[in-house]
Amino acid sequence: MTKDKLDHLEQLVASRFPDLERVRLADALILRLTPANLLATMGQLRDDPEFNFTQMMDLAGVHYPNRKQPLELVYQLLSVHKHHRLRVKVALEEGMPVPSVTPLWWCADWYEREAYEMFGILFSGHPDLRRLLTDYDFEGFPLRKDFPLNGLIEVRYDPTQGRVVRQPIQMVHPDREPYQANLS
Amino acid sequence: MGVIEEVQQGVADRGFMLASADKLVNWARTCSMWPMTFGLACCAVEMMQAGASRYDLDRFGIVFRGSPRQSDVMIVAGTLTNKMAPALRKLYDQMPEPRWVISMGSCANGGGYYHHGYSVVRGCDTIVPVDIFIPGCPPTAEAFLYGILQLHKKIHRTNTLYSGWGASGVTQSRGVKV
Repeated sequence: MTKDKLDHLEQLVASRFPDLERVRLADALILRLTPANLLATMGQLRDDPEFNFTQMMDLAGVHYPNRKQPLELVYQLLSVHKHHRLRVKVALEEGMPVPSVTPLWWCADWYEREAYEMFGILFSGHPDLRRLLTDYDFEGFPLRKDFPLNGLIEVRYDPTQGRVVRQPIQMVHPDREPYQANLS
Repeated sequence: MGVIEEVQQGVADRGFMLASADKLVNWARTCSMWPMTFGLACCAVEMMQAGASRYDLDRFGIVFRGSPRQSDVMIVAGTLTNKMAPALRKLYDQMPEPRWVISMGSCANGGGYYHHGYSVVRGCDTIVPVDIFIPGCPPTAEAFLYGILQLHKKIHRTNTLYSGWGASGVTQSRGVKV
């Protein structure tokens, strides 16, 4: 985004949402929301012709284990017509539900399912909050920093039972913990 | 001299021919190995490359099949995940005997790049008995072809009538029974 376009968008955001915290970082404008005002603000961002954010390009989760609100959702909004972008962040506590944005952008369905299975973020009002990618009765949230890198179970074929079984993991090589520095 | 010429010569000279049943059976098996396509990741692209016109697996009598019931060889080409492992074993169980397994690439051999991942099987030999491991990430089409030729050699060494595929107690790597 060019600088004048970004300046224009920032002025617009400042005039419509004067109470909300916003950050200008590099070439992006970041707007911080809470679960309480998420749906109303997002609805305005989509439907206001000046904003015209008709597309939600991405929805990602982040885990910051040292923060008071350790989980965060990051929405990337795009207006094709106005050719500008906005990044929206929502900080969350453990187990705090956040309203689903599927009524606004239907594409959020699978993004929210993925955020649910990877970080354990709960979405209220989601039509079908199931696991998306991981194994059928997988336990734990693998993208949290405190999840062991090697996982908790491994599978092997058991010739006596004649089927593939799960068992607690037994690593031959020593465990690697690349996130230890971030946890302390 | 090719097998066909040998047979024709024998019949022309003597009116009959003698051959080792093992050799005949092994010849028949190695010259029409139909692999089950089990492309799981980027290794599958190299497998397709080996099947295409430059390396041309057809000249070895190799025709890719989409059904395990019509296949002799399973080529595990790519990263085997925990979620896919029961399906892989099920397909292997559906293949008629005699059957062989080629593990293609680092991921199938031992987890490879994803060895320390939470969702990947660290070597598909914990799920199915593997005959040939092909190293590489991914292996080139030449390496893949070399692996198939090694499997040919392995089959030629078997005493078909005595060893009996499916005989109980035949244990291969890491305790996975045939």
